[in-house]
Amino acid sequence: MSSYEARFKVWRGDTEGGDLEDFKVEVNDGEVVLDIIHRLQATQAPDLAVRWNCKAGKCGSCSAEINGRPRLMCMTRMSVFSREETITVTPLRAFPVIRDLVTDVGFNYQKARQVPAFVPPKELGPGEYRMMQEDVDRSQEFRKCIECFLCQDTCHVVRDHEENKQAFAGPRFLMRVAELDMHPLDAAAESGLDRKATAQDEHGLGYCNITKCCTEVCPEGIKITDNALIPLKERAVDRKYDPLVWLGSKIRRRS
Amino acid sequence: MSVVDRQEWDVVVVGAGGAGLRAAIEARERGARTAVICKSLFGKAHTVMAEGGIAAAMANVNEHDNWQVHFRDTMRGGKFLNQWRMAELHAREAPDRVWELETWGALFDRTKDGRISQRNFGGHEYPRLAHVGDRTGLELIRTLQQKIVSLQQEDFKETGDYESRLKVFQECTVTRVLKQDEKVSGVFAYDRETGRFFVLEAPAVVIATGGIGKSFKVTSNSWEYTGDGHALALLAGAPLLNMEFVQFHPTGMVWPPSVKGILVTESVRGDGGVLRNSDGKRFMFDYVPDVFKEKYAESEEEADRWYDDPENNRRPPELLPRDEVARAINSEVKAGRGSPHGGVFLDVSTRMPAEVIKRRLPSMYHQFKELADVDITAEAMEVGPTCHYVMGGIAVDSDSAAARGVPGLFAAGEVAGGMHGSNRLGGNSLSDLLVFGRRAGWHAAEYSAGLAGGRPVVEDAQIDAAAAEALRPFSAESPDEAAPENPYTLHQELQQTMNDLVGIIRREGEMAHALEKLAELRVRARRAGVEGHRQFNPGWHLALDLRNMLLVSECVARAALERTESRGGHTREDHPTMERSWRNVNLLCRLADPTGGLAATDPERGQIDLVRETTEPIRPDLLALFDKEELVKYLAEEELYE
Repeated sequence: MSSYEARFKVWRGDTEGGDLEDFKVEVNDGEVVLDIIHRLQATQAPDLAVRWNCKAGKCGSCSAEINGRPRLMCMTRMSVFSREETITVTPLRAFPVIRDLVTDVGFNYQKARQVPAFVPPKELGPGEYRMMQEDVDRSQEFRKCIECFLCQDTCHVVRDHEENKQAFAGPRFLMRVAELDMHPLDAAAESGLDRKATAQDEHGLGYCNITKCCTEVCPEGIKITDNALIPLKERAVDRKYDPLVWLGSKIRRRS
Repeated sequence: MSVVDRQEWDVVVVGAGGAGLRAAIEARERGARTAVICKSLFGKAHTVMAEGGIAAAMANVNEHDNWQVHFRDTMRGGKFLNQWRMAELHAREAPDRVWELETWGALFDRTKDGRISQRNFGGHEYPRLAHVGDRTGLELIRTLQQKIVSLQQEDFKETGDYESRLKVFQECTVTRVLKQDEKVSGVFAYDRETGRFFVLEAPAVVIATGGIGKSFKVTSNSWEYTGDGHALALLAGAPLLNMEFVQFHPTGMVWPPSVKGILVTESVRGDGGVLRNSDGKRFMFDYVPDVFKEKYAESEEEADRWYDDPENNRRPPELLPRDEVARAINSEVKAGRGSPHGGVFLDVSTRMPAEVIKRRLPSMYHQFKELADVDITAEAMEVGPTCHYVMGGIAVDSDSAAARGVPGLFAAGEVAGGMHGSNRLGGNSLSDLLVFGRRAGWHAAEYSAGLAGGRPVVEDAQIDAAAAEALRPFSAESPDEAAPENPYTLHQELQQTMNDLVGIIRREGEMAHALEKLAELRVRARRAGVEGHRQFNPGWHLALDLRNMLLVSECVARAALERTESRGGHTREDHPTMERSWRNVNLLCRLADPTGGLAATDPERGQIDLVRETTEPIRPDLLALFDKEELVKYLAEEELYE
């Protein structure tokens, strides 16, 4: 067991503004960035605001930007950095700061409400659902989502364009539309709801230009772009011509 | 007098895990305007960490399963201390609660014929756990969350307001349940983000706050598990039941230190993983207790055959109930046969092909790879016991989930006591949440509607007292000019105390010492000071949570000292056997000073009074589900005669 002293810069402030604050702090074998933030709370900055819960990469609470990259603090091991490196921890940039590392992620909860829920098939009662594993695999992949909102944070459609937030649901909720659209028993169509059309018309699927940034930051390794967004674009294509779909299918084949 | 925001609701649910959300859905569907308050963001509750599955006798994988078998397994797992009516309701209703989730969009893993797949788990006679890989809790919480959103969408269509009938107050903490005379009148809470106080007036309050694990150093529980609901109920005058029973899950990570305690799912063993000591021996064969002798394999060959042929072979002892496995691991480590970091080895790498491991246990593969640099498809994991669950909790009526003695107070999920007796079986918590969450929401809505115009009133004096209590850390008392206490330091000392003195193996002297230490911490906690202001201030939040952890820890220590036997999640080194005479004894904890004075420093008296109570006899038709020979092992003489 070896320990050393690391240099940290942590953004501190609130809605009025703030700045990076320097810390020197002990680091032990096997620790993750969240451990270090907790050590700062316990020893140097008791009121340092941070969200966290499970500390095991399952709840998606401790999202932040570490050296500029959106990550879960509980799954970022200190061993990925050199001992000399100064580690900078800042709040998610795409959302308004509340205090220190805590941001207002209300945008995501608003968007969640705008996606119509699963529509149960009328003819089947509880216990009568029959679905084959291979038919639920795809939607199950999307349901691995822990709602850390790193994809929402990194997506440049909203990251640098606040004005797009109104019309664009972001990768997480476009993926939710895809999940429901691919659910073997979703009866939305029978009830007159065309999920593909809403993806395009109401949730801003057209804004996505499949740069795959969302997939890159996903801590669950969900292939958001390839498995959710591009197929959704393809399914929507018979309604609207989208040049990116064509491009997307080319890119996907190449990789 | 402080000016505090007030809102009126029919039902308030404290906690937004599985039980809280299921209660809220039920209350809203039965017409009650329902508010949910939770400490974290909506959808982050501790339920997401449940891995293995939801136990429900759907008989999809083994046709012999039914509610009676499930009931039997649950009673055996709890060593017959379970509130039997809860165990009965749970076993009967669990399948409907699982199937209902599918109609709300849940996607469970499937059998070959397209039904919900079910897996083996410790203590369950048949494959019974509906699951989604090893992330079942996430599926459960997300499904309930999305059901709530869908109800809000319906309300929006009708009223133009998503939150007109069902609202989630996220990142808010309740510090007091308010009462007028004997009846619940609402809750006092603060908004974590702004630090502002507010009051929700409601005649019915459902407590669904989960457990107490954060009072222990090594735990699989998240920061939220500070025993809030247990403490709120105590402070409101409701008793807690059998708080000595704390489940140490046998398999938590032991290395690296920063992840010590994080859960390694029981599915690893359910799917074929085995436990070995440093000699490479599968030691569990040496630890099958008498009451389970006939049901578990005696050789590795028989155990291994069971996975493919459960009809003609007995199950491997790795699948004994959790209390047995945790004690066995503890003994192996103590005998010097542990792994390098003080655990034992849990191995799947030699039992299944790598692809199968990655498919069936994806989170475990990921967790060990990312956090410990261990590839579980190539080498064994190191695991050891971790504080996981509290069987004790608020004493409730089995059918209605109503807390005893406080009209308008209900409790469901881990915070409620009784259901699991002295030890919970894996998979029975998620089903518990659904079955009793629904019942709590149902009866809370009914109770609230039944009051009509005669609702209890929230009195200003109570609000002022609650506000003063919550603000105390900003003006910490320091009589002799001593520096205020650091709440983080107090918390660490509390965790160390509970871990060392009231942990998995207990001794009289140590528990008495723990009570003294808790009394000292309680006095020091009065001086816990806070820096900064009220806006999102974790130091302040922790200072307030300390009150709850100290109260609950005292309940655990006091009850554990009283119960002079070993049963389930309570192991006494000085009383190592299970005593039939204790089978029908419940221990109830009540607040010693009902006026709420919380600084009693005398460890002899402390804050908690303990009362013994004889349990209601088990209904004859339920007893008839067991063989006489088995009952003799558990029931006291006089119980057998009746």
